[in-house]
Amino acid sequence: MSVINYSSREITFKIVYYGTGLGGKTTNLKMIYNKISPETRGKMISLATEMDRTLFFDFLPMDIGSVKGFKTKFQLYTVPGQIYYNASRKLILKGVDGIVFVADSQIERFEDNIESVDNLLENLAEHNLKIEDIPFVMQYNKRDLPNISSIEDLQNAINPWNVPYFEAVATQGIGVFETLKSVSKMILQRL
Amino acid sequence: MGYENLSIFEQDFWDINNTLNKLLTATNSTALLLVDKAGQLITSVGNISNLDLVSFGSLAAADFAATSQLALLVGEDEFTELFHQGKQENIYITVILSRIILVVIFGKTTNLGLIRIKIKTTVSELEQIFNNIFKKLNAGDKKMKETFDDDFRKAAENELDDLFK
Repeated sequence: MSVINYSSREITFKIVYYGTGLGGKTTNLKMIYNKISPETRGKMISLATEMDRTLFFDFLPMDIGSVKGFKTKFQLYTVPGQIYYNASRKLILKGVDGIVFVADSQIERFEDNIESVDNLLENLAEHNLKIEDIPFVMQYNKRDLPNISSIEDLQNAINPWNVPYFEAVATQGIGVFETLKSVSKMILQRL
Repeated sequence: MGYENLSIFEQDFWDINNTLNKLLTATNSTALLLVDKAGQLITSVGNISNLDLVSFGSLAAADFAATSQLALLVGEDEFTELFHQGKQENIYITVILSRIILVVIFGKTTNLGLIRIKIKTTVSELEQIFNNIFKKLNAGDKKMKETFDDDFRKAAENELDDLFK
């Protein structure tokens, strides 16, 4: 749900990074935080456990500046990936404008990705949303690791909609901006 | 719910701010914030100079959302108000039309009882304003189509390209 304020001339969009636990969602946000200039970004908030696992969400506000007189802002959220935090995941999807699914490319996480996509669809349904109606991109992360599924297998398993996909190594920043740029542009197109 | 935008038009924005300012003066609170349930700040009044508003909005919405789920677990539809007590500052949170969160930040210059009494008028005025806004949005936000046209999209895309260079 974008919020448009005609008086203060601001428009804000919400992007949610979804995906299986330890897949690299938080790493995506940290990379974005590190790479963009301090004037563009706000403070990054992580509600994490002591073990650095996301408990509720990470949050990074990003201000792309004034576009035709409108301050245009994106707010990036991650969800906690672990199965038992589903209640939190559902809450964060409220009012979402665009979704990035961060898949863990490792073969042993193949089933976890499928489960997480199913969980995304279920949680969207609870908000009366359909994935087909929301700007949505796939990110196949950890492409630098040796034991990974092929892009074809991943596409067949979790991208039946054939939405844009990006290969990424989030820890090195590879594919991170392309992913964000793509979903952001899709959101703008939908305005 | 489905997908829906929230647009605040100029006159409504000033009506909202006037209503909030009245409550601020009547209760001598530190600041008031209005946040949508997705965590985006709509407006704020009062002394907000030391406050990271964007973070605050996102966390207040998360706080409210988590508490609403707790309510469901004990058989309530929603907890309609939240109160957090600190040594210097306190936070009182309530909800408008189940969609907008009103946050009152207050210190020792006022008390919770006064806020609870005075906020009733504010809530009812805000309900009226937001009902009007939602009615207008249901009828279609023409201004949105005019404002966010192809030119806007192209300019925004260029900004994004520059950002990630």
